[in-house]
Amino acid sequence: MVSRVVVGAHYGLRDWLIQRITAVVMALYSVVLAGYLLLQPRLDYDVWTGLFSGQPMRTFTLLFLLSVLYHAWIGIRDIVMDYVKPAGVRLAIHVQVILVSLLYAIWAVQILWGF
Amino acid sequence: MNKHRPKHLALHLIKLPLPGFVSVLHRISGLLLFLALPLLLLMLQYSLRSIETYTQLLAVLAHPLAKLMLLGVLWAFLHHFCAGLRYLAIDLDYGVKLAQARASSKAVLAVSLVLTVLLGAKLW
Repeated sequence: MVSRVVVGAHYGLRDWLIQRITAVVMALYSVVLAGYLLLQPRLDYDVWTGLFSGQPMRTFTLLFLLSVLYHAWIGIRDIVMDYVKPAGVRLAIHVQVILVSLLYAIWAVQILWGF
Repeated sequence: MNKHRPKHLALHLIKLPLPGFVSVLHRISGLLLFLALPLLLLMLQYSLRSIETYTQLLAVLAHPLAKLMLLGVLWAFLHHFCAGLRYLAIDLDYGVKLAQARASSKAVLAVSLVLTVLLGAKLW
């Protein structure tokens, strides 16, 4: 029995798990979408908008994009923690990535429900 | 604890093993995809908004430079996808042994490149 003192903010395991769950969501969505598109005999504007006009497709596309953003936030934070040492620069990059991600999420809603 | 531990990070001298190379490419491709995100969202917007913006988008994407850029994004996606599946498998304890890990990183590099060529050829 090894007893050790666990220190830290404890977000490591949670983020590790979220990164994998979002990865599975993205992989499933990508494979289904790519398969559907490759099987279409013709792909024009009507087929394309028809695909995205249903509520389920809009919902799953938004779920996919939110997964991308959360997944990317964890990944970029890991990269920044490894290679960017000055605290100020690190904070600036983190804030930028978070703000930009939130804007992308809002933009995605506008795109998906705005046509 | 010794606060002045020696560091040997001469990046041009370090020869990464193949799994390490795939790992670095996983990071690079992920970063590339995030940086490409605004362009991809813009493309989605133009493709859906109206038939006019749709045709406009197709015309822009017909340019060789645009195709080259898309091919780059496609590779980044496919590499990140394949390497990601490999990590998920390793997390589940599949392919953890050294020989398997080497073989699977080789497969990731090859499969993502071949898929990029095949899908790229199909799209153009």
